[in-house]
Amino acid sequence: MQAPATLEQAIKLGLREEEFQEITKILGRTPNFTETAVYSVMWSEHCSYKNSITYLKKLPKDGSKILAKAGEENAGLVDIGDGWACSFKIESHNHPSAIEPFQGAATGVGGIHRDIFTMGARPIAALNSLRFGNLADAKTQHLLKGVVKGIGHYGNCFGVPTVAGEIYFEDCYTTNPLVNAMSVGVIPPGTKMISATSYGAGNPVFIVGSDTGKDGIGGASFASADITADSAEQLPAVQVGDPFQEKKLLEACMELAKTDSFIGMQDMGAAGIACSTSEMSAKGEHGMIIHLDKVPTRQKNMKAWEMLLSESQERMLVTVKKGREQEVIDMFEKWDIHCQQIGEVTTEPRLKYYMHDELMADIPAESLVLGGGAPIYQREYSEPSYFADVAKFDIHTIAEPTDLKAVATDLIQLPNIASKRWIYNQYDSMVGAANTNTNAPSDAAVVWVKGTTKGIGSTVDCNGRYVHANPKIGAMIAVSECARNLACSGAKGMAITNCLNFGNPYNPEVYYQFVYALEGMGEACLQFDTPVTGGNVSFYNQGPDGAVYPTPTIGMIGLVNDINNKMTMHFKNVGDTIYVLGKQVNDIACSEYLHKLCKVELSPTPYFNLQEEHAIQQLVLQLIDKKLIASAHDCAEGGLFVAAMESAMAGNLGLDIQATTPNGLRTDAYLFGEAQGRIVVSVSEENKTAFENACGANATKLGVVTSNGIQVIGQDWGSMHDWKMKYDEAIEKYLN
Amino acid sequence: MKFGVVIFPGSNCDRDMIDALRNDMQQEVVELWHKDSSLPNFSKEDCVVLPGGFSYGDYLRCGAIASQSPIMQAIKEHANNGGKVLGVCNGFQILCESGLLPGALLMNDTQKFECKNVFLKKQSSTAPITKTIKDAVLQIPIAHGEGRYQADDAIIAQLKANDQILFTYCDADGSVSNVTNPNGTIDYIAGICNAGKNVFGMMPHPERATNAILGNIDGTQIFESLILN
Repeated sequence: MQAPATLEQAIKLGLREEEFQEITKILGRTPNFTETAVYSVMWSEHCSYKNSITYLKKLPKDGSKILAKAGEENAGLVDIGDGWACSFKIESHNHPSAIEPFQGAATGVGGIHRDIFTMGARPIAALNSLRFGNLADAKTQHLLKGVVKGIGHYGNCFGVPTVAGEIYFEDCYTTNPLVNAMSVGVIPPGTKMISATSYGAGNPVFIVGSDTGKDGIGGASFASADITADSAEQLPAVQVGDPFQEKKLLEACMELAKTDSFIGMQDMGAAGIACSTSEMSAKGEHGMIIHLDKVPTRQKNMKAWEMLLSESQERMLVTVKKGREQEVIDMFEKWDIHCQQIGEVTTEPRLKYYMHDELMADIPAESLVLGGGAPIYQREYSEPSYFADVAKFDIHTIAEPTDLKAVATDLIQLPNIASKRWIYNQYDSMVGAANTNTNAPSDAAVVWVKGTTKGIGSTVDCNGRYVHANPKIGAMIAVSECARNLACSGAKGMAITNCLNFGNPYNPEVYYQFVYALEGMGEACLQFDTPVTGGNVSFYNQGPDGAVYPTPTIGMIGLVNDINNKMTMHFKNVGDTIYVLGKQVNDIACSEYLHKLCKVELSPTPYFNLQEEHAIQQLVLQLIDKKLIASAHDCAEGGLFVAAMESAMAGNLGLDIQATTPNGLRTDAYLFGEAQGRIVVSVSEENKTAFENACGANATKLGVVTSNGIQVIGQDWGSMHDWKMKYDEAIEKYLN
Repeated sequence: MKFGVVIFPGSNCDRDMIDALRNDMQQEVVELWHKDSSLPNFSKEDCVVLPGGFSYGDYLRCGAIASQSPIMQAIKEHANNGGKVLGVCNGFQILCESGLLPGALLMNDTQKFECKNVFLKKQSSTAPITKTIKDAVLQIPIAHGEGRYQADDAIIAQLKANDQILFTYCDADGSVSNVTNPNGTIDYIAGICNAGKNVFGMMPHPERATNAILGNIDGTQIFESLILN
């Protein structure tokens, strides 16, 4: 055994003094350097959730359709009927992307797909949620270009369509952008889910996929520290991706999944071999002997701790049934993938890592993992002081605009609202020949499950400014918007995954945001009956100017039972009547209009009522079911005007908003306010009566669909084509 | 007539092509593996399809490594005997790299990967794959980073003289201009065939437009023409 490590080394690796003492207690001796390194990554926030698990556990995770609950497997698994199951998860790759945007984003995509196919599910859709600083800033442009290229590079080559996403530009994300990637996969009837477990003494343990190199060493610890000017020196902590290798690995794993030749499999993400061996062993309540010298490496003379911590991509750990080795080797060799036995399962639940027969580390598997020996902390929290300024906002201090058209023109060209086509055209949205959204856009992407009539709807949403203004309500709105997008597509939400992007948890105000955001999220998930199936916590998202907006990104999936009944968001026919469902409120708080055009930094969350929100979503689902509406699109950033314009532009049609400002409302609140729980729909002449009867007071008539002209409250605002050009080109102007 | 769809490591439109031909076009389809060195019972009437994707990761140059794979030798023989071969996207790149089609496909002039619907104007009235297409303009998606067709003047002149240009990019009304050129390709060329008119290459993806669920079946006209002729 190596000499004992020092406290100084442990602290340098990211452990705290009391954690080092705890490790000494667990082992009954001072750990050596290799062991200390393993604990440092396994007990990092990224792997252990030590500062968040107390609150994550309070989220609702039960449901009749849930096949794999939060924390049980690599990703959640939901029953979508007729023997099919859907696996999905979202994960962050923020810090790597801040340093090396192309590889950071690319490996984020690769990592999340691996989480899905390691369960035996074939990925059918990818989504992403991005946050950057001001688009006029050269650094932001550099980061955005790199991230988009990275996502496209990996996803396009891997061959899974990127079907949806969201992006916001806010100053708080300048140093620390957010790059969250989500994958959705399906398991067909007759194929069993692959579990991340390992048991059966004497069963061989294989490493498959790419060779192990020095890239990404300590990535998990890197993800658990603030971004600073020195972060660029951490470059070796950023992994390098090879989508071609992952594509082959996917196909080989899909063939493996059809057999019963193995016990379990786990992908190597954060903390590589250390994490996969410990988590699989702990789950199977067994141990492993691992011979690190047998691991195929990219570099010569790698040290034991480097191999254990390496985050080289496109690797899996597989526990094979004894006697079935050759069958498994043949399967991977067919795809020219390394498949190397590196150890075997032991009854004693300890991990013993050897290097040329020298014992380098000897650790109880359970002591490393979440739910086992990994520490759990309760952090202090206190109400953020800026809340006082949020509360001070008074709508009367904002003069009503006199030139509405000028405001609307500016609004539609704001980067948070304008067309994202510069971004999404770089992603292959159609590979797989199952994404219905490229030709028929809807608020959530609906991907056909081939071989059935089902469609899986998916969406990612979170307005960080709302969460910043009020963490509890903001998080409720994020869940609600997901459910609303699905409802507008004809899908009932089934479950969520979350990517919790926050600042430093040791800051009590940041931790307050975290605690209350989770409370709101849990409440909304109960209301919509969408349990949480897992996700990812990303703390330490901050730069020199402080934390980013608390950004608990929600990824939600839903089911369209008959894909032919999916609802789209574009206007269909000239003469159709336009209505808005939901309540009209005299509210401009937290809107893009108020924040970007009126330059009000702090204001409360927009109007929101969870029960009303749910009722409106139920209503729109009924209207779709009864085939009474021709289009549905939710009101989000930019309010009613932008929602109606987006429906018009997507249908290459115009609109005439004839309804004047309702009593008690300011015109800016009517057109640009972001009160929640509203949906713009269009209705054909023949369905008008039935529609109005079905909606009652929940629908307000706005106007009609025109061929090209844009008229708003009696004013001629020009042609849709002119508006569309401005909307389409606003973001491109910064980037081409 | 049957189809054989080649699976290279890194192909990712292979399953889409198989589904389109087998389920939407109701054709007999066999799967071909890149390591095979012969085609199973293929006659002149049968068609080998090289699908889209990133064969062998497209390291080196797009299609360059695939062009040297064992199955390509068999496909060259098939083509030289007059057998039909269709390459879509990466398949088109492989056909150019292997010399079965003239010219080369370069990085898009936008320097970006582009995925979107484009419109194609049918050009060749003699190639089997276009001969009986009914509509003058088809909507077919593209998804590529290296789809800018280039060839020297002599080749272009020959392609034109011999009616070997299959499709050009256009707008919904069939007008051709620089605005409708998605990648800077020479003379708006989206697809070509060889002089013998039995080897076809095109960048757009007809297999993504054969099912009503996806809201576009224009691709069926291309396959129907290929099957009929």
